Amino acid sequence: MTATEPPVLRTEELTIRFGGHVAVDRVSCAFDRGTLTAIVGPNGAGKTTYFNLISGQLRSTAGKVVLFGQDITGLTAPRRTRAGIGRAFQLTNLFPNLSVLENVRIAVQARHDTGLDIWSLATRRRELIELAEHHLARTGLLDKMDSVAAELPHGDQRKLEVAVLLALESEVLMFDEPTAGMSVDEVPVVLDLIHQIKADTAKTVLLVEHKMDVVRSLADRIIVLHNGALVADGAPEAVIASDVVQQAYLGTSSASGDGHG
Amino acid sequence: MLRTLLSEDFPRSRALTAVVLLIVLGLVLAPFVFPGIRSLNTAATICIFIVLVASYDLLLGYTGIVSFAHTMFFGIGAYGVALSLKAFPASWGAVALGAGAGLVLAMGLALVIGLFALRVQAIFFAMVTLAVASAFLILASQLSGLTGGEDGLTYRVPRELSPALKLVSAKVMDVRLDGRIVSYYLIFGSALVLVLGLLRVVNSPFGRVLQAIRENEFRAEAIGYRTAFYRTAATCLSAGAAALAGVLMALWTKYTGPDTTLSLSIMIDILLMVVIGGMGTIYGAVVGATLFVLAKNYLQVLMASAAETTAGVPLLNELVSPDRWLLWLGILFVLSVYFFPTGIVGRLRGRA
Ligand SMILES: Nc1ncnc2c1ncn2[C@@H]1O[C@H](COP(=O)(O)OP(=O)(O)OP(=O)(O)O)[C@@H](O)[C@H]1O
Ligand SMILES: [Mg+2]
Repeated sequence: MTATEPPVLRTEELTIRFGGHVAVDRVSCAFDRGTLTAIVGPNGAGKTTYFNLISGQLRSTAGKVVLFGQDITGLTAPRRTRAGIGRAFQLTNLFPNLSVLENVRIAVQARHDTGLDIWSLATRRRELIELAEHHLARTGLLDKMDSVAAELPHGDQRKLEVAVLLALESEVLMFDEPTAGMSVDEVPVVLDLIHQIKADTAKTVLLVEHKMDVVRSLADRIIVLHNGALVADGAPEAVIASDVVQQAYLGTSSASGDGHG
Repeated sequence: MLRTLLSEDFPRSRALTAVVLLIVLGLVLAPFVFPGIRSLNTAATICIFIVLVASYDLLLGYTGIVSFAHTMFFGIGAYGVALSLKAFPASWGAVALGAGAGLVLAMGLALVIGLFALRVQAIFFAMVTLAVASAFLILASQLSGLTGGEDGLTYRVPRELSPALKLVSAKVMDVRLDGRIVSYYLIFGSALVLVLGLLRVVNSPFGRVLQAIRENEFRAEAIGYRTAFYRTAATCLSAGAAALAGVLMALWTKYTGPDTTLSLSIMIDILLMVVIGGMGTIYGAVVGATLFVLAKNYLQVLMASAAETTAGVPLLNELVSPDRWLLWLGILFVLSVYFFPTGIVGRLRGRA
């Protein structure tokens, strides 16, 4: 954890245009191992789009994504995932008709590269199932593992989204508003988990979050996006106090509906 | 043992277990319980269609790929054997050669179609398969020098499968044990192995990836699966199994022509069978194919007798006349899809 260790993930002048609209505008930023970076900004600032560019769901118009010193800009989403970038989605994005266990097991299976095994029985690969159960236990879903994903209450679906991400055992974990729409008592479970991941395993965590109290307590660093551009970057207290955030973000945060601390 | 054979994928419902057992028993005992050329023919057709529909279910039900090229692969397997038996003396070597060539061609063609077309949208893939299958049908009908054109090919099968072979001179339960019976059990046994093999594939880690792709392709990519690769692999496997079903068909009927293997009306039958039986279950293929083939073969008979008994009743008599059998088949299907949207298997498993 020395300061000289090169960043795990870096974006250079990363840009995407949709027609004339620049949704992410020359964002250069580096993320170090064992840190949690919060990405904030008003609705439509480009946070999710920035994530999409990093994990490969969208192709950038210009700029680079560099992981462990290697340019991965040309890689497809599945190959970036295999390279170590894991992602949970803002809008819950599960395998709706499969069981909770199967949703996680299929991710474990992807991580352990057993998808091409055509002849053994999925039900008999105990080691994969146990790993899946472990991730379900961490997210508090173990007792619901036989439910169909689509039938879970919203909060549990959000947790399952996180469990699927955990199952990928990625080096970089990206959470896009993981607690949005959760009830007040569910929120700490997920936040504790994110904190644990960062603290215990020295992973690199990127977190999009609107709730300022959450950001303040979890993040090592905050970056602010506004109209697609990176407008502030620094320690949480300093960034929150800065003028640019007061105007660009907090000024409109009531519109985001989630309030702030 | 049974757990392993069924890949731990049980019918999961008493009613379905009963139905499946009944079908399997019926097929095992068919030569003795339902004697006669016609019923044996029906039983063999059921076996072959179960394989054909189950292999289509791998594609449609498990992976969510709509393809209209399934009869083409079926036809390739059948024509492979037919051409080989036409060209060489009827021997098992010729059968193996034809079956092998058909299998390789079917899987190779599926690979090419998959590589070129599975990256595009589902609707385009469906269109491409339709175009390729139609082209193939026309090709087979036009190349009459090779394929016999519209008339198709008739050929001899190895002696062990022909009625000339007598296993024992005495009759068993009034049935003569000739090559016809051997042929039937060869088809039954092969179908059983193929269906259990498909059941294994869909319950393997690979099969689970296919289901994940069906459920949410975007997310499957996001967790690291190269979905185009998996979809192509599923297409090849499914094509291979269909070709083997075609091989069985060619051996059973000793005739291969466009109408019995390549025609798009068979494609529609397959679609109906898989939907009626219940998609994404394999068991649905067993139930759907059995019911469909039975209905197709016996509805006319049933209606003829109904027409006789209602000879005096004007309108009713007209309605149940055997000429209207297609109408009734259609009505039966609309009703079954309406009342069992998840298919018969879905219904029996209580999730309809
Ligand atoms: N595929 C797309 N095509 C066209 N425009 C897009 C696309 N994806 C995003 N945008 C636009 O890019 C901008 C940034 O959207 P993005 O979803 O990244 O915002 P966000 O910061 O995540 O907002 P929120 O807080 O509401 O989630 C928006 O103006 C959006 O309309
Ligand atoms: Mg967003």
